[in-house]
Amino acid sequence: MTSTDYLLLILGMGLVTYLPRWIPLFFLTRRKLPSKIIDWLDLIPAAILSALLIPALVTGGEPLQFTLFRPHLWVAVPTFLFAWWTRSLGGTVVLGMFLFWIVEKIMV
Amino acid sequence: MKEDVNKNDFGIFSILNKGFWEAWPICLGYIPIGIAFGVLAQKAGLTPMEIGLMSLIVFAGSSQFIAVSMISAGASMGAIIMTTFAVNLRHLLMSSSLSVFLKEVSRLKLTLFAYGVTDESFAVNYVRFKEGGWDPDSALVVNHLPNLTWIAATIMGGYGGQFIPAGAFGIDYALIAMFICLLVFQLKAWKYVLTAILSGTLAVILSLALPGNWYIVLASVIAATIVVMIVKKSGEENADDID
Repeated sequence: MTSTDYLLLILGMGLVTYLPRWIPLFFLTRRKLPSKIIDWLDLIPAAILSALLIPALVTGGEPLQFTLFRPHLWVAVPTFLFAWWTRSLGGTVVLGMFLFWIVEKIMV
Repeated sequence: MKEDVNKNDFGIFSILNKGFWEAWPICLGYIPIGIAFGVLAQKAGLTPMEIGLMSLIVFAGSSQFIAVSMISAGASMGAIIMTTFAVNLRHLLMSSSLSVFLKEVSRLKLTLFAYGVTDESFAVNYVRFKEGGWDPDSALVVNHLPNLTWIAATIMGGYGGQFIPAGAFGIDYALIAMFICLLVFQLKAWKYVLTAILSGTLAVILSLALPGNWYIVLASVIAATIVVMIVKKSGEENADDID
């Protein structure tokens, strides 16, 4: 990938990221969305976060396969419980990394 | 004249102070993730300047991770941009929800505010606005202080990347841990739990069945649509947080 290609790539990424952030703020500050759309959009964050997270925990390998035996899944259990009790983003990230690091060390 | 300046300085200081106390946990969370991103990006062949430029122009953690893995896999520019769009489309909801609290704000400031809307700043600002006693300027600090931290951390990772062996300090797990906690923040009622279970299950099946990253958006859209229909059909008029 050349420098020009890379610049075009991040400008494109920036534009498609910025517009969904900007359009509702710019145009909806004096309007309200239909309640059906709001109900649907309200579920999207939980849906997307789960769709990003769960495959990372239970799939792996080349070619990609379903597996319950990766440390990613085991470490997720105490990490989830810690997040549930403390509601601390910084703490959860640090704990998750630490536990994963320990488990990887033990397994190697 | 001099008094005015001092008064303004004090006002800005007070806003920065208020915003800082809400923003610091986000900044703390961004440091390991930003460094992890910088390390991965450096290993994918990007220079620290290219990494910083992406963080500055895009500023969206998960899509930056995905973009870097797609760059390493040799994906086309169009595929990366489409995936970024799909992954970040969720900000449409967050900005829509926040717009309720920003009616008096000038459009110039809204344009600046939009740039810093993330899962984390949205979660913090939304709760603060609902509680009352929160102002758009402090919210702007919550949007942009983590942004500066993110840019700096990713560049640091880019420089340090060559000294850090792959997998050190559990950096590979930073993003997964962040997703776990952000998902926990979302599980406020049973309909969100149901959505998460459905979307996660669909995502696993679709990721095994389909090439690329389309499973993220497909699973999310299908799961949210099904749960909205179930909630509507069961006639539960939920007293949502959103209204």
